[in-house]
Amino acid sequence: MKAKHQRLILALVALVGVAGAGVLAASALRDEAAYFRTPTEVAAGAAATGEAMRLGGMVASGSLQRQPDGLTIRFVATDGEASVPVEYKGIVPDLFAEDSGMIADGRMRADGVFVADRILAKHDERYVPPQMSHPPKTGKATPAA
Amino acid sequence: MHAYANPTRFLAIARPLTPWLLGLGTVLLLAGAWAGLAVVPGEAKQGETARILYVHVPAAWLGMGGWTALAVSGLVQLVWRHPLAGIAARAIAVPGMLFTALCLATGSIWGKPTWGTWWEWDGRMTSMLVLLFLYAGFIALTMGDTGGNGGQRQGGSLSRGAAVYALVGAINIPIINRSVVWWNSLHQGPSITVRGSSIDGALLWPLGLTLLGFSFLFGAIVLMRMRRIIADNRVAARLRRLADDEGSGV
Repeated sequence: MKAKHQRLILALVALVGVAGAGVLAASALRDEAAYFRTPTEVAAGAAATGEAMRLGGMVASGSLQRQPDGLTIRFVATDGEASVPVEYKGIVPDLFAEDSGMIADGRMRADGVFVADRILAKHDERYVPPQMSHPPKTGKATPAA
Repeated sequence: MHAYANPTRFLAIARPLTPWLLGLGTVLLLAGAWAGLAVVPGEAKQGETARILYVHVPAAWLGMGGWTALAVSGLVQLVWRHPLAGIAARAIAVPGMLFTALCLATGSIWGKPTWGTWWEWDGRMTSMLVLLFLYAGFIALTMGDTGGNGGQRQGGSLSRGAAVYALVGAINIPIINRSVVWWNSLHQGPSITVRGSSIDGALLWPLGLTLLGFSFLFGAIVLMRMRRIIADNRVAARLRRLADDEGSGV
């Protein structure tokens, strides 16, 4: 066997080993590296009352209500299977709207309402010109799609 | 392939190719910028801010493609010991880092009006920042790598450590690509996949122009930097010979 063939095999074996280690590490990070929790995870008991967390979901159609003080909003975050009511006082990004993805920093209150102290809008992967409206997604609506 | 590993043969092709890549890249980029800024409409929800994708997406792809090429160069260097592979890796690192930085900067500028934040530690953004640091590490590794004689290592080749670093760093590329699929993230999922594009055709076509334009410019920069490294090596070799001649002449 020529020296360069030995080096090629050695390099490829090392590469496969390192790639395997990388995949293992990435899959172990699967939950840790999640940027937010979904309403389904919250319904399954992922959020203790008062624990700081991040909730991600779609703003349910027809659920967005502005309170009389003009600053507080209430809406329902859903992933198509479970939903969580959210309350937030403050200014939301321009792209925050019903049937769009949003991510909220905050904590669960004892009455089961998620009180947010910051809200981010999430854009989805679809880009369309203005003449065409965004059709609501069919099937399971998740902002992580 | 071995025929082109010879620096002289490489130069015979690189010299005439450079101005073509540079010229064509500039023309395509100007056309893409004009189309992206003035011809196509803004996006339905985001409005005008969506236009940044014509820079952001090519920058991201070239940042990742740059490291892929760097890793292949590292492998060729390790296995076949081609001097041109090390020269290519050195030449790719700087524009690769530049495009990665451009991707992060444009993403941040877009993130503020769209998401409401300049920066979040989600999987995509974090892994892309890691790529920027990997480039910085590679440049630092190869810059100080003078081989002890004041010039670059013999023929511009990489040290074994730098070549292994290039290979190991390649693990980050599939992680960046899959980060929005594996983990919940703020960054949206992939718009352009093998199954098609979720960017409407009316908004998509300027991306083809800027993508080709940036790629040609990237290629031109790499060829110019490779030619410069080869020229530096020749100067260093000639100076060494001169010094040897003087030493023996006295």
